Amino acid sequence: MRARSRVEITGEGPVLVYGAADIVTPDGSTVRSERAVTALCTCRRSRRFPFCDTSHRDRERRRRPGAEK
Amino acid sequence: MTALAERAVSALPAPRGPLSACVLAALRDGGPPRDLPPVRDPYGEDEQLTLYCLYELHYRGFPGVDAEREWDLDLLRVRQALEREFRTALRAEVPAGDDVEQEIAGLLTEPAEADGTGVSYHLLRTGEPWQLREYLAHRSLYHLKEADPQAWVIPRLPAAAKAALVTVEHDEYGAGDPERVHARMFAAMLRSTGLDDGYGAYLDSAPASTLAEVNLMSLCGLHRALRGALVGQFATVELTSSPGSDRLVRAMDRMGFPAAASAFYAEHVEADAVHEQLMRRGVVQPLLAEEPELASDVVFGIRASTLLAERFGDHLLSAWANGRTSLRHTLSMG
Repeated sequence: MRARSRVEITGEGPVLVYGAADIVTPDGSTVRSERAVTALCTCRRSRRFPFCDTSHRDRERRRRPGAEK
Repeated sequence: MTALAERAVSALPAPRGPLSACVLAALRDGGPPRDLPPVRDPYGEDEQLTLYCLYELHYRGFPGVDAEREWDLDLLRVRQALEREFRTALRAEVPAGDDVEQEIAGLLTEPAEADGTGVSYHLLRTGEPWQLREYLAHRSLYHLKEADPQAWVIPRLPAAAKAALVTVEHDEYGAGDPERVHARMFAAMLRSTGLDDGYGAYLDSAPASTLAEVNLMSLCGLHRALRGALVGQFATVELTSSPGSDRLVRAMDRMGFPAAASAFYAEHVEADAVHEQLMRRGVVQPLLAEEPELASDVVFGIRASTLLAERFGDHLLSAWANGRTSLRHTLSMG
């Protein structure tokens, strides 16, 4: 029986997995992470998929509604 | 060379003015500082070097300097005077605020890659290998003691914030693997790019704007009263490091450095994507839930570290734009 894992869905970026993890990617390969916490990409924009590289971030200054041009 | 370099602690640097001459003489001779001149420019070469050396007594010290001088009252008095001027100058320059959420949202918004300015963008687009080496030499002043200034804050935090901050620090210190200690990975990068990996090897070469960034960390780390600012500073680094590190990996790749050389930055792309989440959700939020009065200090830490980072970047870019070295001494390649 594996120890219960903590998984946190941030809602604005990655899913955080607490504890070492084996991650099975869509092509069937397995990637190990020994980190205390691993951030898994959910937006598929990461250059380091399956790991988050913060590519989900807004790429420009946020525009306030109504602030045209 | 690794074992040796790790043991070799830097010798005292050369003075840069009357204040550092006075304090360095006191460190060298073992006596009190005599005929101490006043602090003139809190950001000056003389002042920042003196402050850096006084802080160094709390880290690894200098060979030939008695470790007990860390708590020498005469030296602490000098440090306090320098700190007061440094803090006053920063407070005067940085607009006050207490909207931490908005401040963090600003840090999380990346410019479109084509619009980005700053050192990592320059290195990625057109930077040359000698400029990358200079950048590493500057950064060695912090990265060879990476995570150390922030470790001071641990006992000063409430439990929830402490737990998350230690998770970040644990990772910085290699998560139990000495080879993965970030300071050691940085030393390996220095060696693989032909630089000196000795602790403090580039202290004499580092200008005031480089030292000021590290001094801000030491200042906030060593003062419990500034724990909010330390958290703001640390959050700023962790929130902005991932994309910047990714640019540096690509810059080094473009310049033809092997992947082993850029492993330090590659590690930071992934690690700091995690640290960002831990700092925001695990440290800043619970800290402010328990000590809401620290919000303005957190904002101060964010803005002060951003200001000093920009000043450091401007210094490098303007020196390079004029075809000059950004260091005080041109690098001699070993």
